Amino acid sequence: MSRMSYREAMREALREALRADPRVFLMGEDVGRYGGTYAVSKGLLDEFGPERVRDTPLSELGFVGAGVGAAIGGMRPIVEVMTVNFSLLAMDQIVNSAALMRHMSGGQFSVPLVVRMATGAGRQLAAQHSHSLENWYAHVPGIRVLAPATVADARGMLAAALADPDPVIIFEHVQLYNLEGEAGDAPVDIARAALRRSGADVSLITHGGSLPKTLEAADALAADGIDAEVVDLRVLRPLDLETILASVRRTHRAVVIDEGWKTGSLAGEIVARIAEEALYDLDAAPLRVCSEEVPIPYAKHLEDAALPQVAAIVAAARRACGRS
Amino acid sequence: MIAPPPSGPVPWPRDRAHAMLADMVRIRRMEEKCAEVYGAGRIRGFLHLYIGEEAVAAGAVRALAPEDNLVATYREHGHALLRGVPMNAIMAEMYGKVEGCSRGRGGSMHLFDASTRLIGGNAIVGGGLPLAVGLALAARMQEAGRVTACFFGEGAMAEGAFHESMNLAALWKLPVLFACENNGYAMGTALERSESQTDLCAKAASYSMPAMRVDGMDVVAVHEAATAAVARVRADGPMFIEFRTYRFRAHSMFDAELYRSKAEVEEWKARGPIHTFSARLKAQGLLTEEEFLAIDRAALAEVDAAVAFAEAGRLEPVADLARDVHTPGAAA
Repeated sequence: MSRMSYREAMREALREALRADPRVFLMGEDVGRYGGTYAVSKGLLDEFGPERVRDTPLSELGFVGAGVGAAIGGMRPIVEVMTVNFSLLAMDQIVNSAALMRHMSGGQFSVPLVVRMATGAGRQLAAQHSHSLENWYAHVPGIRVLAPATVADARGMLAAALADPDPVIIFEHVQLYNLEGEAGDAPVDIARAALRRSGADVSLITHGGSLPKTLEAADALAADGIDAEVVDLRVLRPLDLETILASVRRTHRAVVIDEGWKTGSLAGEIVARIAEEALYDLDAAPLRVCSEEVPIPYAKHLEDAALPQVAAIVAAARRACGRS
Repeated sequence: MIAPPPSGPVPWPRDRAHAMLADMVRIRRMEEKCAEVYGAGRIRGFLHLYIGEEAVAAGAVRALAPEDNLVATYREHGHALLRGVPMNAIMAEMYGKVEGCSRGRGGSMHLFDASTRLIGGNAIVGGGLPLAVGLALAARMQEAGRVTACFFGEGAMAEGAFHESMNLAALWKLPVLFACENNGYAMGTALERSESQTDLCAKAASYSMPAMRVDGMDVVAVHEAATAAVARVRADGPMFIEFRTYRFRAHSMFDAELYRSKAEVEEWKARGPIHTFSARLKAQGLLTEEEFLAIDRAALAEVDAAVAFAEAGRLEPVADLARDVHTPGAAA
């Protein structure tokens, strides 16, 4: 184990993947000479050259589709899309080609493609760079959707994603890149959620950039005598219902924290699953803390007000525990 | 406006000329049967017939090597057949049977075959182009010497995917043959009603890519052009060919054809790829009427056998519905 930032962890994972397998290459806007929009791929061009660290034109549909084709053609492409908002330009290729290909072809063509993209708000990048649309992809069968929320997962998920024979999307929350933590060299599992904190009174279920806020909320709740359990989903599709339901059955209360908009959210899906599978284990209605239903604004105070914050998580947990 | 029917000497030996003719007749007879059994309710969904356009697939697909990739559209029955997918497997796919080339999951619009490197059957207009660019990128990185032929209609040239793919292929000098089957109509919208620049080669040339226009009703012209183009793509990078062609039948089985005149259709039928090619061969003494009838009988027999095969096929068990959403071996 060694200490590094989330950004460095992702870079180490890329370096290791490029070294380990000649079929692996990285492609995207400004991944090469510029060093990556969020400096994740800085230095990789010098080490691996322009064929394997490939700068693309501003052409999301084209180069994501090229990633799908290259994957079918026997390569192991890692495609970086600058942000999830921009990925909407490539959604046709991700959904209509990558996700459907194997089933539609009767099992003949798998698409071992990894797409990485930044997601989330908090950097005052305003409405067209700040949304959390993970759930749009998590809706689609045939894709695996990952949300590394720790340095260890940032380091270990890529290798596991590359080993997966099907398309995998990795969402990197922009507020996590400077996070410091411990990471090892081994691939991590990409099937299970993780308990980030054990507790007896309420399950706080979250992912990605909301994990640090949720852990902070759990600390605040502990000071208030509420013992919160924190579940990090890690995998947004397919959901690890077993871990979610086991936690809820222990604590009998659930709050889901999700930076997406509440309407049609992943949080809604999780609450529905809890209601379907564990309603009679619950002592209180499950609650959600989501973004306000507005485009994310630029001004700092408004951006803060639009996003799930520690105080709102604490308030929801208290309410679930009958303490409001 | 419409060019005279294809004419002139056919520069091929007898057996090759017969093979080309047989290819076109096989597609024609297979699709006529598809329309017939569609009418009887044996095939459902969308069914886009290629009738009238056969010379393009016959001439171009035969220009490819076995190791090359083929990416096609939802009007791909002919390409699949000539690429080597057995007619039985195509017909069974139309019938939704598990013996179909996509196990009955894809139907008419999604014929796939890994063994002949047929990567669909893509029913998003323009969706195959970025895929073809990626297949070509893989081939280049693997130094495989593999060409990817990508077929699409002129309607796709209004899509962003066309422009992005042309740019990427030209920028990276990838071995893609962009084969535009210009049948004049994007579903029911004529080219001049949908694109400001109707000179399709000019569009392609704007990406610094060699571009040429070929009479898509003339199997000789198609094959000669495609053969030269494939060699050039394999050596030097991407190329664009516009094949001028025409669809004799409706866009799909749900089309009242309000957007074109019967006279226009008749004019194009006079340029039909099968009868004009047969006439040229007969004039040259390369084909007798008896030989033509034998080719036709063989195609009809193949079609009858394919229908029998499809009728006798099995339906995939519903228990297998979720099979192949993911690849076996993916993380559980």
